[in-house]
Amino acid sequence: MIHPIPPGTRDVLPDEMRELRRLHASLIETFEGFGYGEVATPAIEYDEVLGRGDGRTASSAYRLFDESGELLALRSDMTVPIARLVASRYAKAEMPLRLCYLASAFRAVRPQRGQMREFTQAGVELIGAPAPNGTAEVVKVLEAALDSAGLDRAVIGLGDADLFRQLLAELGVEGAARDSILERLAMHDLVGLEAELSELPGVSDEQCATCVALSQLRGGSEVLEQARALGGPGVERATARIQETFEALQARGAADRVRIDLGLLSDLGYYSGAILEVYDPAIGHVLGGGGRYDALLQRFGVDQPAAGFALYLERVHVAQMEEDSRRREGAS
Amino acid sequence: MSTEVAGLGRAKPEGPLKLAVPRGALFGETLDVLDAAGIDTTELRGDSRSLIFEGAEITLVTMRPSDVPTYVEAGAADVGITGKDVLLEQADRRVYELLDLGFGRCGMVLAGRVGDEKLGESERRLGVMRIATKYPRIAERYFEETGRQTELIEVKGSIELAPLVGLADGIVDLVATGRTLKENNLEVREEIVTCTARFVANRVAHKLRSTEVDELTAKLKQAVAR
Repeated sequence: MIHPIPPGTRDVLPDEMRELRRLHASLIETFEGFGYGEVATPAIEYDEVLGRGDGRTASSAYRLFDESGELLALRSDMTVPIARLVASRYAKAEMPLRLCYLASAFRAVRPQRGQMREFTQAGVELIGAPAPNGTAEVVKVLEAALDSAGLDRAVIGLGDADLFRQLLAELGVEGAARDSILERLAMHDLVGLEAELSELPGVSDEQCATCVALSQLRGGSEVLEQARALGGPGVERATARIQETFEALQARGAADRVRIDLGLLSDLGYYSGAILEVYDPAIGHVLGGGGRYDALLQRFGVDQPAAGFALYLERVHVAQMEEDSRRREGAS
Repeated sequence: MSTEVAGLGRAKPEGPLKLAVPRGALFGETLDVLDAAGIDTTELRGDSRSLIFEGAEITLVTMRPSDVPTYVEAGAADVGITGKDVLLEQADRRVYELLDLGFGRCGMVLAGRVGDEKLGESERRLGVMRIATKYPRIAERYFEETGRQTELIEVKGSIELAPLVGLADGIVDLVATGRTLKENNLEVREEIVTCTARFVANRVAHKLRSTEVDELTAKLKQAVAR
């Protein structure tokens, strides 16, 4: 008998569940150790609430009507629901506020190993702690989480979400052209990027080359120098922000596994300032990400800076297994 | 070869960089460009049935062009070369497109039978054109953008057959010289997009093996600029 389940969903059987439980427990224990209290929110929310995060990208792929005709949606991440929770439950609380979660979320992706339509995220949100120290604390917790998962080769990319927005504003690129260029940058479609930039009136060949070159700068703190050499006030501000964060990380002894990456762009529109991505050499997919979203809580009527990250649990588990088999091969 | 990422002790991706090489129409020119970039392709030029050729600095993995985005997205190959037609058709595969290599130039076109008004007549009288193609997503996007409704028929083999026997009013296909079209009494009606070979990279490899990826990109850029 075949009883189908929707594409991108799956059952978990005891052997896998046992390993996932261990991973869950070690991550939550790590978060708790840094003073982050675990919260849960409903998997379904009002569509209008989730849409406040970002109309285009954070909005849910799964919507339904309830019995009174209200439009509901399955959450696509935990950051927006937690912003809602903070605004309604902790509006007058003493800041900073430290919250963590381990929860499922839903996106209409092409299902493959480590990427399902229903997936689990584990992460933290630090509310009311501005850059650079708030960001540095979040990175420190992220590093501890990766260590607790046994991913000692994992690397954290650190970039700035406003770099290209400001750069394009300086070049006078707006509207649909701007969105299209940001999309090309996010996908690192350098061929398309060059083609689109060179077609724009008022963008010189040199400015176009600067834009492409910036997106490819990644490495240690030396790339900040290289970026400054390319010039512009927007670049200056962004590199100064990254440098501040990097120095705050160094002060906490947390800069070892951080790589500066000026080409990082978030898929999610609500990020501002620092932006994070997590990689492990054992798998070809990004393990998680995060950053600052200082303007997100305003959309819920609370003016507080915020930062956080989320790890894709199933991908972390895949990376754990790959790292285990690598260690076994190395030992034999 | 150093497997350490510059400035970073922790990330140690093992072994040589894996490059996905497309077999088929792009194969010869890809090998020429790799040679010019200083990568030894002698073994690939032989009649070996092997799929993997291990070198000291780079491992070459051969595959169908349409499989390249799949391998590169998953990180099974760190970098690869394939046609823009493949990338457009598989636009949901998240790979970084780093370089236009310029060779393998082809046009994606809408073609119909010479002197035959079937395309126009179907659209006018029936509201829908029937189009046979191996590239349903490129075709769908093109007709949506140009505000026309179509019935797309996906076929695997010789597309030229479809309008000749009445399966479709026209075809969307990749054309290099136009000889096949001519021999089948077909002609180009509209040019959709020009496609060349592209150099692509896995998202994580681009970050964690940045030195090697950047070096290879620079070498390829030089090789095709000649």
